[in-house]
Amino acid sequence: MINIKNEFLGTWTLLKKELLRFWRVVFQTVAAPVITAVLYLLIFSHILANHVKVYGNVDYTAFLIPGLIMMSLLQNAFANSSSSLIQSKVMGNIVFVLLTPITYLQFFLAFLIASIVRGIFVGACIYLLALLYVDLPILHPWVIFGFAIIGGALLGTFGIIAGIWAHRFDQMAVFQNFVIMPLSFLSGVFYSIHSLPPYWQKVSQLNPFFYMIDGFRYGFFGQSDVSPLLSFSIVSVFFIVLASITLGMLKSGYKLRS
Amino acid sequence: MKKAIVFNKVKKNFGKLEALKGINLTIEEGEFFALLGPNGAGKSTLINILAGLMKSSSGSIKVMGHDVIKNYQDARRSLGIVPQELVFDPFFNVREMLRFQAGYFGKGRENDNWIDEIIEGLDLQDKTNTNMRMLSGGMKRRALIAQALVHKPPVIVLDEPTAGVDVELRKKLWQFIKKLNQKGHTIVLTTHYLEEAETLCSRVAMMDQGQVVALDKTRNLLKRFSAKNLNLRLDLKGKKIPTSIKKFIQTADHNSITFLLEEILEVQFIMSELKKSKIEILDMELTNSDLENVFLKLTGSKK
Repeated sequence: MINIKNEFLGTWTLLKKELLRFWRVVFQTVAAPVITAVLYLLIFSHILANHVKVYGNVDYTAFLIPGLIMMSLLQNAFANSSSSLIQSKVMGNIVFVLLTPITYLQFFLAFLIASIVRGIFVGACIYLLALLYVDLPILHPWVIFGFAIIGGALLGTFGIIAGIWAHRFDQMAVFQNFVIMPLSFLSGVFYSIHSLPPYWQKVSQLNPFFYMIDGFRYGFFGQSDVSPLLSFSIVSVFFIVLASITLGMLKSGYKLRS
Repeated sequence: MKKAIVFNKVKKNFGKLEALKGINLTIEEGEFFALLGPNGAGKSTLINILAGLMKSSSGSIKVMGHDVIKNYQDARRSLGIVPQELVFDPFFNVREMLRFQAGYFGKGRENDNWIDEIIEGLDLQDKTNTNMRMLSGGMKRRALIAQALVHKPPVIVLDEPTAGVDVELRKKLWQFIKKLNQKGHTIVLTTHYLEEAETLCSRVAMMDQGQVVALDKTRNLLKRFSAKNLNLRLDLKGKKIPTSIKKFIQTADHNSITFLLEEILEVQFIMSELKKSKIEILDMELTNSDLENVFLKLTGSKK
């Protein structure tokens, strides 16, 4: 028996719980990453402004901000779903959801949307603070919005995979420190990849974070290292692949229902 | 009458270990049913498969006619499970948790009256705005029971609900559960405390090593093993208990010996054998068997 109202209310409740969860610890989940990003902005723009050449006549500090926003958005989208899941698993309270008629698709949607919301919320805070510091144009708001959603979705999904796979907090730290951090730092947040030697340009092009940041930046300046359409397509393919893996894991009950 | 739960040849293997060896068991609607057994008997595994937290290796389970795999949404709507461990979500208070739990089942504000009723029944009124983390163990246990009831499930399963709960609270819990049973909810509980099963449950299944070793009305089970305990304090003075009566001994502690008897006639036999050996009886007591004895008899022989 499928009852649309039940299904909607179930998904909405789980989403609301996930949103409230990070909102209850907003200092840790929003204020902390915002402060970190602002510190990056102050220090790197001061040190690198005259050393790093970016495209055209774009000011380095202005160039840096969209990269920092996107990096924080991605990291927080990942952190939201992954830490919620690992905590629920370690505490054991994940059973409260597993005992209910919530389907694997509802479960996926709720965690996914909560991750996107947290990522975008953190990103928006950084943007508003940065406006105090530098004048930042927005040329294509829909491009910015599109990349924010698909980026948050990709990392939120990756966070679900990590959260389901890991048994302990230290395994989660492996994901954070050995996957998320290197990929985000080597993605062109702090530089345009055209300033890299050809070999490292090629390596950067294997990094999905590069396309998310490059496309996101296009929305501000109308300039980018690769075409935003190509970036969006590549990121979408990554999302579809990870989402399929996640749905497969959830459907089979991998590590959740033994 | 409708069947509340039907277990059909449920098997579960963990590697080479056969945790469940094909459980067949039917629980009728409205029953107050106990699942007894020592640690490792397979009770919790069976409950977890029923709840959808584990998958069986083979066999099937139906709750109120809904298969727990094929029709899991309806099965879970019919089922309220109180987990054994004291799990909680540290981010929320009691009322928030209950509202969320109801929401997962598709129940909105219209369900608030029922939530209030549960809160009152479990004496949680003072704690509704308290964070789950701040609750004592007993209060957490009550909140867990409340969580299992938010969607008014016709079948309620309590996995060791009174483990580590003080006597006062235990009484209150059972009063509340009994009331639910009178209103028509089917109650299934697993417990270590045999006396609870004895006073509350109309029917009992005993599990041991992944099998149901006995299944009957509590009364019948007690009657069937209408064994009596003969407790004797003997003046042994270096004399040995005759080998002819050793087979009746259940426990022996110095000169206090408990004999487990199947028939009352055996009392005479033991007395005469003791007399023959010139062993004097200092004290004696005859008690009726309880589920504990039945249980030891059923499971003890295999060990």
